[in-house]
Amino acid sequence: MNDRTIGRAGFLGILGLGAAGLFLAKDATGLLDRAVPKSVSSIVPTSGWRIYTVGSSMPTFDPATYRLDVTGLVGSPTSYTLADLKAMPRADQVSDFHCVTGWSVSDVRWGGVRIADLLERAGAKSNVAALNFVSAENPYEDSLTLEQALLPDVMLAYEMDGGPISRPHGAPVRLVMPQMYGYKSVKWVNRIELGTVALPGYWERNGYDADAWLGNSNGFSS
Amino acid sequence: MASLLEPALPETLLTAPKSAARIQRFTVTERALHWMHASAFFALLATGMILYLPVLSTLISRRQLVKGVHLWVAVAWAVALVVILIVGNRKRLAEDWREIETIDRDDRRWLRGRKAPQGRFNAGQKINALLTIAFALLFALSGFFLWLGERDHSFIFAGTGTVHDALTLASIGLLVGHLYLALIHPTTRHALRGMTTGEVDEAWAKKHHAKWVDAERKIVDRK
Repeated sequence: MNDRTIGRAGFLGILGLGAAGLFLAKDATGLLDRAVPKSVSSIVPTSGWRIYTVGSSMPTFDPATYRLDVTGLVGSPTSYTLADLKAMPRADQVSDFHCVTGWSVSDVRWGGVRIADLLERAGAKSNVAALNFVSAENPYEDSLTLEQALLPDVMLAYEMDGGPISRPHGAPVRLVMPQMYGYKSVKWVNRIELGTVALPGYWERNGYDADAWLGNSNGFSS
Repeated sequence: MASLLEPALPETLLTAPKSAARIQRFTVTERALHWMHASAFFALLATGMILYLPVLSTLISRRQLVKGVHLWVAVAWAVALVVILIVGNRKRLAEDWREIETIDRDDRRWLRGRKAPQGRFNAGQKINALLTIAFALLFALSGFFLWLGERDHSFIFAGTGTVHDALTLASIGLLVGHLYLALIHPTTRHALRGMTTGEVDEAWAKKHHAKWVDAERKIVDRK
């Protein structure tokens, strides 16, 4: 190795490492995440949350005016305050959150209402086959089939990691669908439309898969 | 006749630098490249931080707009780079690259903390330059795939975002060191003048870049 190749080898080495990282780096950040204290990782997301929005402003939650409307195939349209939702049977779970862009957050603690309990309370008709979750963040929405929405780890959450859901995470209520990529877990939900077919949501209209199963959609395969 | 009475000025005086105290370190091309990259870097860092840090994403929630600015600055950076490579002094840039990638015996001794004469770039500057160029190319590569993956899902790779993020953190580290040495550290901050005016103090250069000054003198003597 002569003098000149040392610098070039180092340069090409870094380029190679970076290019390989496109395919391999995910596990490395998992390690990094575990190595960094929570207080630091909440400021600098090592592999933690990113806050993605599509609208021109982030919705603000006002407990006095907030209502969750349930419309469509119900006996009569109903609307719930946050307190109404909290009065329904409470469910708790710990699940991982995976974004389609590659980042993940493991072991998120959620508290909220199961979809089955909500549908029962709302008096959903027997021909309901799909739910469209509409966000206060215009024009965001996304939908699940009834079968998907009734999976045991799907919920309408009002608590995250032991506290109320914060504004960037969808205050006061967001959907949690851990078996699919995060864009299905609509934040700032203020209306649920019950229907017979799952409507294409915001990202579906931009080419993403409606059935966004982890590792088995959007170009991912396992 | 006057020309016989007054001896012509010796050749060397005409070709020697006008002020003996200054020596040219960077041409217009090199300075243009440096400042173009620096401005693009700061614009990309600012918009990137808004996209990346939850606190800032929440504060400035117009993500689509910020993302658009981030992408167009990146495109402008690439275009400016190509323009400089086309219209700039390519011979000089090739010479820079040859110097930067050559880590010689003196450089290796210097890196181990020993005294060793340095060329126009010292070993630390060479490593900074190599890392900066490598990071820029990797930023462009990973950024391109972040953009493409959103449009064609077969180009979503597990580590694209991670590489882009890791480069950001590493670049901030490099930037902090670079700014400290360029603006604050007493023995190196004079170098900033070289990057703004193109020229540095010859006495300073002799002390910190002895091999370069010696080589320049030989060129001048030969002329």
